[in-house]
Amino acid sequence: MLAYTIRRLLMLIPVLLGMTLLVFSIVHFIPGNPAQILLGETATEEAIEKLEEQMGLNKPYVVQYGIYVSNLLQGDLGISLKTKSEIATEILPKLAATFELTFFAMLFAIFIGVNAGIISAWKQNSWFDFLAMFFALVGVSMPIFWLALMEQWVFAQELGWLPASSRENSRDPITAITHFYVIDSLLHLDFERLITTLKHLVLPSIALGTIPMAIIARMTRSSMLEVMNSDYIRTVRAKGAGQFLVVYKHALKNAIIPVLTVIGLQTGVLLGGAILTETIFSWPGVGRYIFDAINYRDYPVIQSGILIVAFIFVMINLIVDLLYSYIDPRIKY
Amino acid sequence: MKKFSFLLVLMLALVLAACNNEASDDEDPSNDSDNNNNEEREQVLVFARGGDSESLDFASTTDGESSRVTKQIYESLLEFDKESFDITPGLAHDWDVEDDGKKYTFYLEEGVTFHDGTEFNAEAVKTNFERWSDPGHKYAFTDEGYSYVIYSIMFGGFKGDEGHVIEEINVLDDYTIEFVLNRPLGYFLQNMAMSYFAITSPAALEQYGPEINENPVGTGPFKFVSWTKDDTIVLEKFEDYRKDGLPKLDRVIFEVIPDNAARLISLRSGEIDIMDGLNPDDAAGVESDDTLVLHTRAANNFGYLGLNTSKAPLDNKLVRQAINHAVNREAIAEALYAGYAIPAVNPLPPGYLGFNDELEGYDYNLDKAKELLAEAGYEDGVEIDLWTMPVARPYMPDPETVAEIIQNDLAQVGITANIVREEWGPYLEKTANGEQEMFMLGWSGTNGDPDYFLGSLLHGDAAGGSNRTFYQNSTVDELLDQAKVSIDQEERAELYKEAQRLILEDSPMVTLVHSTPVLAAQDYVKNYVPHPSTSESLAEVELE
Repeated sequence: MLAYTIRRLLMLIPVLLGMTLLVFSIVHFIPGNPAQILLGETATEEAIEKLEEQMGLNKPYVVQYGIYVSNLLQGDLGISLKTKSEIATEILPKLAATFELTFFAMLFAIFIGVNAGIISAWKQNSWFDFLAMFFALVGVSMPIFWLALMEQWVFAQELGWLPASSRENSRDPITAITHFYVIDSLLHLDFERLITTLKHLVLPSIALGTIPMAIIARMTRSSMLEVMNSDYIRTVRAKGAGQFLVVYKHALKNAIIPVLTVIGLQTGVLLGGAILTETIFSWPGVGRYIFDAINYRDYPVIQSGILIVAFIFVMINLIVDLLYSYIDPRIKY
Repeated sequence: MKKFSFLLVLMLALVLAACNNEASDDEDPSNDSDNNNNEEREQVLVFARGGDSESLDFASTTDGESSRVTKQIYESLLEFDKESFDITPGLAHDWDVEDDGKKYTFYLEEGVTFHDGTEFNAEAVKTNFERWSDPGHKYAFTDEGYSYVIYSIMFGGFKGDEGHVIEEINVLDDYTIEFVLNRPLGYFLQNMAMSYFAITSPAALEQYGPEINENPVGTGPFKFVSWTKDDTIVLEKFEDYRKDGLPKLDRVIFEVIPDNAARLISLRSGEIDIMDGLNPDDAAGVESDDTLVLHTRAANNFGYLGLNTSKAPLDNKLVRQAINHAVNREAIAEALYAGYAIPAVNPLPPGYLGFNDELEGYDYNLDKAKELLAEAGYEDGVEIDLWTMPVARPYMPDPETVAEIIQNDLAQVGITANIVREEWGPYLEKTANGEQEMFMLGWSGTNGDPDYFLGSLLHGDAAGGSNRTFYQNSTVDELLDQAKVSIDQEERAELYKEAQRLILEDSPMVTLVHSTPVLAAQDYVKNYVPHPSTSESLAEVELE
């Protein structure tokens, strides 16, 4: 297990290097001189040359790539053209915001999705099964923006139960420590703020989590059905185990493996693709950060943003693979 | 046993929470999260907008969301009046103009301090202007990507450039500063009131260096507290503000809510106090809501249908006049702006210096249009290309539909308009090159001076640049040149009025509408007055 983990971690190095090379090259070969863009149309020749030298733009492509990677290793992601601030410091709170939202969205998706799938398989062809699978179908096909606007209209405007936007009560902002507001309010031992933070999480989490929830529910159901008909379950039943134990203890452990793959993929998708949800609920996350950067042609931010999202994708895949071998020791590599 | 220990932990947590609440109340009475009474007493205004500020270094950005915030933190030597572009005193309480407009002396307020406690004086003013004008200045931060484009536009370039109007800046004493110009500039005082030329604490420039964009220090009514990018900017009352009794608010929070509909819901549910960027279609709903108030910003723009005067048949004045008669401006204003626009007569918004309100403009008159076309020799009709903008702008929220309305209007007098579509980048490039026949565009004001509209759009020298109608009239050019260097504002007004009369007669464009941006606020927000420049001071705003 340990050897496998180490091997997998080592395998990450070429993957990550390849990613940086790809991202660097794409941005490098976009027409236009970055120094000129950075300085604006009124810059003098001298100023541009000076900046080119500083940024190392007059060096060969390979050398520039080397500098880029060595900067990356030191945690230097460069400077945003738009705000003229360090990208590394700018992106951290946004990553935290996106992580927090994704975490709660997946929590919602997994809890509802897995249980709905299990019960549907358990009570196959019952009214619950039909209803759950009907909602799963609706959930998969629901446009996020429509769901988000409906949520806002019903729960924020008409009923006034939940806030429609932002991560916190902006009249009384939180002093960020980790930028995960749930953790921050716990660290401050401030339970009122914790409740406010959780309230702000409800609507966007549901909007973001609905599609993965539906996918997970369908995946769990079919995987469970397959396992429930297998020989070892018959054996467990023969030994006199109750239905609940059969389903939740013995069947679930094997049925969950394909579901894990889906969960991992969906988490990656959510992390990179929360732009719509983040915009509608004015969630200051990394999706919106990259989207704004694309609108503004802020190349260093686009470059770093894509790299970070790709990195997260790779890490999630790794975690899913490690979980496989933990859950099912037969899976060996 | 397990259940018991869980209960124990839960109880412990509750006790801890209770202790914490008491403790923080005792130690820090201003901690209002635990104390609702305090929250009621504190005057906190939440202003929601569609996008975040780019930078809080006002001179290095042209972004309106930035100046909206810096306007609260910084002050310039002069200020604009609350609702117009009239000049009023700012950090300078008085000023003299000598030598035919080539020397300006400003008398500065005494006893003003920056938020960092250092003193405001003439040296500070000089440092700021040198920072913008001299790319080699130690606080210019050009190596870090700062550039002061707006300075070069308003003052004719940077230090050493041929067109740069500021020759020297002399500190006469601690509270008197003199600007010596190479040549007169009719809107010099107007420039001094722009939020782009406000005064930063030199000590802060020294302390923060290029990070001044995230650590603004000025003399304004509010001082900077924190900035969470893409989320909130928090400002608080500056206790030593130079005007007694101001500001009235304790805190101002600028919050980003990108989605227009979500912003309105947040307003309705009471999470925010003012929102900018209301859809015109939602204005009626806000007006009918008792708890909300609709605010309108004075029109500071206009959208137009440009007629390329260098191409047939538009080189014929009669054809251009005919088109002016054929377009139904009222219908466009009503249909696409939900009434929040007025039909435009002049290429200058109402309220500007020299706005000619004696001109009647062209009425919607199809018979007259047909007559003029016949006179021009096109009684059998004519075909013209109509370029439509690919992007929405405040002065043109739905360009495609406007193009269709115009196409329909023109068809009624026998002009066949073929709609041409282009990407925005090439659109701007090609219309500057003169490849178009009829085209749609608009213009928004920044410093409240008529030269910014008339000089940019209709001076012959600007043809192929911002003058995309390629309009050339030597008399108009002369009038505009005279007005630019004159410092007698009444004389300038007369010159501009005459220029507008000639322009209307020549009709190089169909001035369509001046649009009125709308905002919504809670009814308990008092003394909020939107400024046409999009940046207003919140010093006098209070919550009731």
